[in-house]
Amino acid sequence: MSYAWDFNFLWALGPLLLGGLINTGKLWAIAFSSGLAIGLAFGIMRTVPSRILRGIGMVYVEAIRNTPGLILLIWFYYALPILVGVQSSAWLAACVALSLYTGAYSAEIYRAGIASVEAGQWEAARAIGLSYAHQMRYIVLPQAVMRMIPAFGNRAIELAKATTLASTLAFGELLFTAKVIAEDQFRPLETFTAVSVIFTAVLLPLSYACIWLERRVARSGGIVRD
Amino acid sequence: MTEVLRLENLAKSYGQAQVLKDINLTVRKGETVCVIGASGSGKSTLLRCVNFLGYPTGGRIFLEGKLVGREVIDRSGRTEMRYREAELCAVRAHVGMVFQQFNLFPHMTAEENVMIGPVKIRGLSKAEAKARAAEHLQRVGILEKAGAYPGQLSGGQQQRVAIARALAMEPSIMLFDEATSALDPELVGEVLLAMRKLAQEGTTMLVVTHELGFAYNVAHRVIFLHEGTIHEEGTPEEVLVNPKKPRTQDFLRGVTTFRMPEPRIAPA
Amino acid sequence: MPYDWNFTIVLRYLPQLLEGGLHTIILSAAAIALAAPIGVVMGVIRQQRVPILAPIAVAYIDFFRTSVALVLICWCYFALPVLIGVTLSTFTAVTIAIGLQASAYLAELVRAGLQSISVGQWEAARALGMGTRLRLQYIILPQAARRMIPVFFLLVIEVFKTSTLAGFVTYPEIVYEAYRVATDIYRPIETFTIVGAICFVFLFSLGRIALYLERRYAVVER
Ligand SMILES: Nc1ncnc2c1ncn2[C@@H]1O[C@H](COP(=O)(O)OP(=O)(O)O)[C@@H](O)[C@H]1O
Ligand SMILES: [Mg+2]
Repeated sequence: MSYAWDFNFLWALGPLLLGGLINTGKLWAIAFSSGLAIGLAFGIMRTVPSRILRGIGMVYVEAIRNTPGLILLIWFYYALPILVGVQSSAWLAACVALSLYTGAYSAEIYRAGIASVEAGQWEAARAIGLSYAHQMRYIVLPQAVMRMIPAFGNRAIELAKATTLASTLAFGELLFTAKVIAEDQFRPLETFTAVSVIFTAVLLPLSYACIWLERRVARSGGIVRD
Repeated sequence: MTEVLRLENLAKSYGQAQVLKDINLTVRKGETVCVIGASGSGKSTLLRCVNFLGYPTGGRIFLEGKLVGREVIDRSGRTEMRYREAELCAVRAHVGMVFQQFNLFPHMTAEENVMIGPVKIRGLSKAEAKARAAEHLQRVGILEKAGAYPGQLSGGQQQRVAIARALAMEPSIMLFDEATSALDPELVGEVLLAMRKLAQEGTTMLVVTHELGFAYNVAHRVIFLHEGTIHEEGTPEEVLVNPKKPRTQDFLRGVTTFRMPEPRIAPA
Repeated sequence: MPYDWNFTIVLRYLPQLLEGGLHTIILSAAAIALAAPIGVVMGVIRQQRVPILAPIAVAYIDFFRTSVALVLICWCYFALPVLIGVTLSTFTAVTIAIGLQASAYLAELVRAGLQSISVGQWEAARALGMGTRLRLQYIILPQAARRMIPVFFLLVIEVFKTSTLAGFVTYPEIVYEAYRVATDIYRPIETFTIVGAICFVFLFSLGRIALYLERRYAVVER
C-alpha cells in the first residue's frame, strides 16, 4: 500500500505533455468555433416556418445526440475518404466529428434561446417592416444571446472532455501523450493522476464561472439550458 | 382550568429586526384564542415559535406545564434556552399546525396524508391509523374524499384534510395560521364551519385570522397584535366591539370584512 | 471510383455486435447500480448542508463532474492497481470509473430535486413532528424522485454513451466488438454504420421514454 510517488520524471517530460495539451487546445478551438457556427445554422433552421427545414434540423440534432461520440469519431475516420475523397487522418476525423457533435448540442441552445424571446418582439419587428432575416439578426438574436452564454460555457466544458476521444485514434492530444509516457516510463499512476488534475484544474474554474453567469442571467430574467 | 400553553416574555428577532417582543400568553384547555393584527405584525412568527418551526430568541414556552428546552447561563451571565431536535420533534407532534397554503403532501391520498403521522410517529398500526383517519376526516366532513389526491380537491376540501391531518395526531393544541386566506370566498365558509365545530367540541385552539366574524362568534379571548407586542387583549366583546386602544380602533375600522353573525352551523 | 457498399456481410456478424451491445448495457447497469446509492447520499448531504460532510461531498462532486470519463477509465485501469497493489478486471475498473462519475451527476440531480420541493412541504412534515430522516424518506424524496425520473433517464443515456469507451481498455463492449468485426471483414465503414444505427435506435427510444415520463409526471400542483 505504501507506493513511492515520484513526479520528477514528469517535469523532465513536461514539454511532451505540453505538446499534448496544445494539441488538445487546437482541437478544442476548431471544434468549438465551427460547432457554434454549425449550431447557429441548424438552430435557426429549427425555428423557421418551413416544415422541411425544421425536419432536416431535427434529424441532424437527433442523429448526433443519440449516437455515442466515439462511434461518430470512428465513423468519420473511415467515411471521410469515401464521402469526400480526402486522405483520412485522426486530426481531420476528430475536427469534423467534434464540430458536428458540438453543433448539434449548440443548435438546441440557439433554438431554446430564440424560443425564449417573446412573440411580441417578433411582431414589433415585423410591424416596423423588417425582413425575417433582419428580425432574427437585429431584434431576436441580440436578446437571446445573453441568456445562451452559460449554456455555451457548459458546452465548451463538455467539448474539452470530448477531445480525449481522439486519443482512441492515436491523435497526440493530452491523454494519448500521457498514455505513451505512462507505458514508456512504467509510471501510470503519476502520469494519469497528473492528467486528471490538469483537466479538473482547468474545467472546475470554468464550471464555476458558468454557474455564476447562470445566476446572473437568471436574475436578469430567463434561463436557457441545453 | 388546566393550562395547555404558556408563553413567558417570548421574543423573536431576525438579526436586528425585533419581530416579537415580550409576549405573555396563557391558553387553557378547551379554550379558543384568536389572534388578529395587521399584516407584518408578527402573527405567523408567533405561531411558528409555538411549535418551533422558528426558534424563539428570548423567553420561555411551557407546554402542558412543562418547560420546552433547557435553560443555561452563558458567559456574560444571561440565561439562554437550548433546544434538542429530538425534544422539538416531540413538541411538534403534540402541537397541530394548519397552514395558509394547506401544504398537503401531493403524492399521498387524503387518507394517507392523515395516516402518515400516526403511523410513523405515534407507531399506530395501519388498521388503527385508518380508523383514526376516518374518524377525523368525518369530523371535518370530508370522509367521502378519503381516496382522492390533493390535486383532485378544491382548496376548501384540501384545507379540511389538512385540519384532519393535524387532528389525527391528537395534539394538545391546534394552531391555525390564516387557514382561510388562500381560499376563494365561496370556500371560506366550509372551513370556518369545520373550525367552529372543533371549538365547540372543546378543542384547544390558537387561531390567527382575519375573519373577525369568526373571532367574535367562536373565540373565548381575542388578542390584538401590534408591531410584535400584545397591544390589547380581552373577550371578543371587549376587543372587537369596544376596543380601548386607538391602534385597535384604527385596525378594526380598516377591516371591511367584519361580518358579525356568521357562520351558521348547518343542522346535523 | 464510387465505393462499393456491402452491408449484407456485416449483418452476418450481427450476433457478435449485439453481444457487444449487451455488454455495454450490462456495464451501464453496473455503473448505475454503483452510482445510485452514492449519488443519493452525496446529494442529500450537500442539499441538507450536513456539517463536516457537506464540504467533502462538494469536493467529491466537483472533482468527478469536471473529470474526463476516458481519463478516469485509464486511471482506474492502469493507475489504480499500482496504488492498491491489486489487479482489477477491466469490468471492475471501468464500472468504478463510470459509476463514480455518474454518482456525481446524480448527486447534482438529487440536490436539484430536493431543492425544487417547496418550503411548505418541509414545514408541514416538521410540524407533524417528523425528524429529518422521516421527512426525507416519506415526504420529500418520494416527491423529488418523481420529478427526477425523466432527468435520470437522460443520465442513463449519458452513462450508456460513456460505456462505449470501455473498449479502450479492452472490455468487449459494442465498439470493441465492432473493431474486431471490421478487421475480420475489412468493412469498417459498414460495420460502424450498423453499430451507429443500433445505438441510435436504442438511445432514441430511451429518450422518448424520458419524454413520456416527463409528461406523465409533470404533476399538476396547486
Ligand atoms: N425569515 C425572516 N427574516 C427576516 N424577517 C422576517 C422573516 N420572517 C418574517 N419576517 C418579518 O417579521 C415580521 C412579521 O412577519 P409575520 O409574522 O409573517 O407577520 P404576519 O403573519 O402578522 O403578517 C415582518 O415584518 C416580516 O418582514
Ligand atoms: Mg402571516
